[in-house]
Amino acid sequence: MTSSTLIFVVLFLALFSYWYGIQRSIKVAGGATQVKKLVSLPRQFGLLTAMWCGLPALIFLLVWTFFESTVIEALLVQSLSVEVQQLDQSALGLYLNDVRLLSDSSAEVLQKADPDKVFAAEKLLEINRDAAWLKSGLVLILCLSCVAFIISRFAVDFRARVYLEKIIMRVLLACSIIAILTTVGIVMSVLFESIQFFSSVPPWEFLFGLEWSPQMALRADQVGSSGAFGAVPLFAGTILITIIAMCMAVPVGLMTAIYLSQYASERLRSYAKPMLEVLAGIPTVVYGFFAALTVAPFIRDTGEALGLSVASESALAAGLVMGVMIIPFVSSLSDDAINAVPTALKEGSLGMGATQSETIKQVLLPAALPGIVGAFLLAVSRAVGETMIVVMAAGMAANLTANPLDSVTTVTVQIVKLLTGDQEFNTPKTLAAFALGLMLFVTTLALNVAALKVVRKYREQYD
Amino acid sequence: MSDLSITEALTSDDIVIEGTVGTTTAEDAKMSMRNVNVFYGDKQAIKNVSLDLARNQVTALIGPSGCGKSTFLRCLNRMNDTIPICRVEGELKLEEQDIYAKKLDPVLLRARVGMVFQKPNPFPKSIYDNVAYGPRIHGLAANRAELDEIVVSSLQKAGLFGEVKDRLDAPGTGLSGGQQQRLCIARTIAVSPEVILMDEPASALDPIATAVIEELIDELKEKYTIAIVTHSMQQAARVSQATAYFHMGHLVEMGKTEQIFTNPTHELTENYITGRFG
Repeated sequence: MTSSTLIFVVLFLALFSYWYGIQRSIKVAGGATQVKKLVSLPRQFGLLTAMWCGLPALIFLLVWTFFESTVIEALLVQSLSVEVQQLDQSALGLYLNDVRLLSDSSAEVLQKADPDKVFAAEKLLEINRDAAWLKSGLVLILCLSCVAFIISRFAVDFRARVYLEKIIMRVLLACSIIAILTTVGIVMSVLFESIQFFSSVPPWEFLFGLEWSPQMALRADQVGSSGAFGAVPLFAGTILITIIAMCMAVPVGLMTAIYLSQYASERLRSYAKPMLEVLAGIPTVVYGFFAALTVAPFIRDTGEALGLSVASESALAAGLVMGVMIIPFVSSLSDDAINAVPTALKEGSLGMGATQSETIKQVLLPAALPGIVGAFLLAVSRAVGETMIVVMAAGMAANLTANPLDSVTTVTVQIVKLLTGDQEFNTPKTLAAFALGLMLFVTTLALNVAALKVVRKYREQYD
Repeated sequence: MSDLSITEALTSDDIVIEGTVGTTTAEDAKMSMRNVNVFYGDKQAIKNVSLDLARNQVTALIGPSGCGKSTFLRCLNRMNDTIPICRVEGELKLEEQDIYAKKLDPVLLRARVGMVFQKPNPFPKSIYDNVAYGPRIHGLAANRAELDEIVVSSLQKAGLFGEVKDRLDAPGTGLSGGQQQRLCIARTIAVSPEVILMDEPASALDPIATAVIEELIDELKEKYTIAIVTHSMQQAARVSQATAYFHMGHLVEMGKTEQIFTNPTHELTENYITGRFG
């Protein structure tokens, strides 16, 4: 049986053991009328049996699948001739790859192939077959024996409720560990590639270098043979665009939130809030060509009319559109923060004869400040990580400039540029992407941590 | 009547409420309300209520939950304006001035008719800033010294100054419940209102803090006209001079507190006072 069939079988068995557990528990109690004597409900007995049936088998299956290919490979190599066993790592890999292909091939192909490899392919099929049988057998035995074990312990005072609760707690724990492990895995993979990068480019050159021109020469005499990996222009570009975006998003978003939560009528709010959420749902690519095709030319034409020289792809265009993109983010989080301020505070202020705007400025906003700051920081990390708009509207040129009318590039854009197209995966050029990714990750992580800290620190004060 | 259960007594249709019994008018009225009706959407919460708040007296509004006493209180400084579906009809006057007149600014009204709420609600600011909030908004102090004076005298009048004089910069939310409520009273006094409305000001407090607040209310009536909503009949009896009994949106009976508590006229009032329900 394949693993997926096996999973279905196990699930079916679990379903059956649910029913069986219920029946057994009723029998243990001495009939349906005596069920009250049990310290746990029959349903809990059933669930516990189902868990015992399904969970160990599924965990076993997972572990098996994880190690299967390695073990099979080792077994195969052992059964092959001595010459094959003495091949070095990469040659062996190639050989085994051929064998694997052959094992899936038709008879015609097999006739033309190297007889040694054909023999190995047959051997592989055989091992695979045995492994599949073994796997199915072990899983089923595990299912049945676990059910038998747990059923054997059923008694009137068997605390199925408590055991069930413990198992559920562990399942929940396992789920939360998945998220954590994924984060750790991502960090690790980025970290190792970065370390490899830093072995060819010194960290200080990367962190403080003022020039970004990531190419590596194939031959020593090539034009532009020396690459430059100074990330400062990229971070400067990112910061510039982020600042422009925040200058757009924070005032507009905050004032929108204030208007919607304090002044707008119920009717208006019921239309305006979904509209804002639509804004949040527009794909960033769409924002991107809005920026590139509408906003950027407009800014260029306006700039020229004023006698300024504006690049056709400018930081201003990208930043403004990104700001619009973040508005719903800021406004809905700030709205939540303002609404979370107890009505008692608002009424207290109004009851003293304060006007609505005095109440908002002096009571509501200070009380909602942690939430608003949190929203602000989350919006910043959103802006820092944004890619599409910048690719389309701000250009690729790594200029080190503070002029918003110039074209700049950001960290994320460069990562995209470095990793798209045909690339070798061990040159500093591609590895640089991982170093940039690491920097970006650290930056947004720091921002998020800071946001959470701010929110947590001030939250308790206002209850 | 005596063997009527609580729910029967509350929902009974046998007892017809025909207008208000007792004395609803005062000789020297600070505020006078005539034929007040309040609606939340289609639901009528206050039905044709008329009563006066006598100057420098404490008027207690009592009655079972949901009888409309808090709604009525909140009409007196137009706090109900903040609820969009709420509609107020009738004649409500503060010193012969219609408080629901079109040209009247509710913000200025609330400076004259202050309010203390059920749950202490100090602002998340320092004790000093809490009390200085109103005077600052209304520009009552020309300089820092005057503001200091207002803050100190308000805290003194609220009987809180002795306890907090060393920590005026500490956050108001750090005080105990009773202290917080006195801070809120000090904050209300600081804008020198003429009338103070109190919506169950002691219901969230322990008996000792309640006793302190009650004493304070008794002192405050020398300078202010006070209306207090309360669920505690003992409290009404202790602090008020006039009592109004509300029932399902009607003002059933009103009169001198002594008379209401010793010799109520209306059956419903008697049932409520004697603890048969409520």
